[in-house]
Amino acid sequence: MAELQTLSDTAQVVIDPVAEADLAWIEALDAQITGRPKPDYWRRLFEGARSEPGRSFFLVARNGSGRVGFIAGEIRAWEFGSEPCGWIFAIGVDPDNRLRSVGTQLFDAVCDRFRQAGVTKVRTMIAREAQLILSFFRAHGMMAGPFVELEKDLDE
Amino acid sequence: MKLQLATRHALFAILELASEPERQLSAAEIAEKYDLSTNHLAKVLRTLGRAGLVEASRGVGGGYRFCGNAKRLNLLDIVQLFEPIWPIGQGMSEPGDRTRKGQALRRVLGEIEEATRATLSSITVDTMLKIARRIPDAPAEDMIRRAAALR
Ligand SMILES: CC(C)(COP(=O)(O)OP(=O)(O)OC[C@H]1O[C@@H](n2cnc3c(N)ncnc32)[C@H](O)[C@@H]1OP(=O)(O)O)[C@@H](O)C(=O)NCCC(=O)NCCS
Repeated sequence: MAELQTLSDTAQVVIDPVAEADLAWIEALDAQITGRPKPDYWRRLFEGARSEPGRSFFLVARNGSGRVGFIAGEIRAWEFGSEPCGWIFAIGVDPDNRLRSVGTQLFDAVCDRFRQAGVTKVRTMIAREAQLILSFFRAHGMMAGPFVELEKDLDE
Repeated sequence: MKLQLATRHALFAILELASEPERQLSAAEIAEKYDLSTNHLAKVLRTLGRAGLVEASRGVGGGYRFCGNAKRLNLLDIVQLFEPIWPIGQGMSEPGDRTRKGQALRRVLGEIEEATRATLSSITVDTMLKIARRIPDAPAEDMIRRAAALR
């Protein structure tokens, strides 16, 4: 991807761990994207990343004028026999700052942290109809993994 | 999953042309590389031309050029020009469908179709070219390269 992008297309961002003051912005962006505010969820992620900084990562991208995106992931091990691997479970980029590699820089940043923690694989789970975000992860070389996600209604 | 022959012709043509968008190639050149029928490929290229994905240039040495957007055109867009990949529950009804077991079978097959659609629609031509570049070793291409070096 980088080879096809001119430098001016790429947003200059700094990527840091999420601070408490970032939570309201992340919650608002996520609510704008998904239509469902979930403040408790974001706070739990924040607290998890603060208490286990080598395993759980919650990062925000900032440019000169403010925040432009976030990503959350953690290292999980041995669920159904799976070797330790990095999981990404949330990403969001401010709609006015999309297609300028903010998502890519967040993805690279969380993958770097996974590598530093010693894992060699990154995984995620996306709704089938979420074509934009699926295309994004595909563009980064992700393919279907060896696990199948199953579910059922509990009252069936 | 097996794709129809026309679909495979189309995918190879698009991928080959999109891998070097400035270059023009004739149907015969693409057909030779992928071991396809030139006649069949010429027909497929006309369909791709009507869909605005390739452009034919006239005159001696004329050939085809990719003119789509490789970062937005996905595999499902191409496949669906040649064969239907139905969204869940929208395919043609088949004998037995109105029974319980028929419905159960539809559900299971629908699961597979949904996964197929999600896979094809999330892989753009650009992503596909990246996947191809990561494949370490392709005997046919090595042969073509060696033959070209000898010419
Ligand atoms: C997916 C998302 C994170 C991408 O962020 P971004 O900063 O725009 O991504 P990038 O600019 O780094 O794009 C990287 C690649 O992804 C792919 N991509 C991104 N947007 C795309 C689109 N609209 N269509 C097709 N591919 C796309 C492209 O291959 C792109 O490469 P390119 O820039 O060379 O074309 C962003 O669109 C987003 O936040 N979407 C909503 C996410 C969501 O639903 N989250 C739910 C809560 S978890």
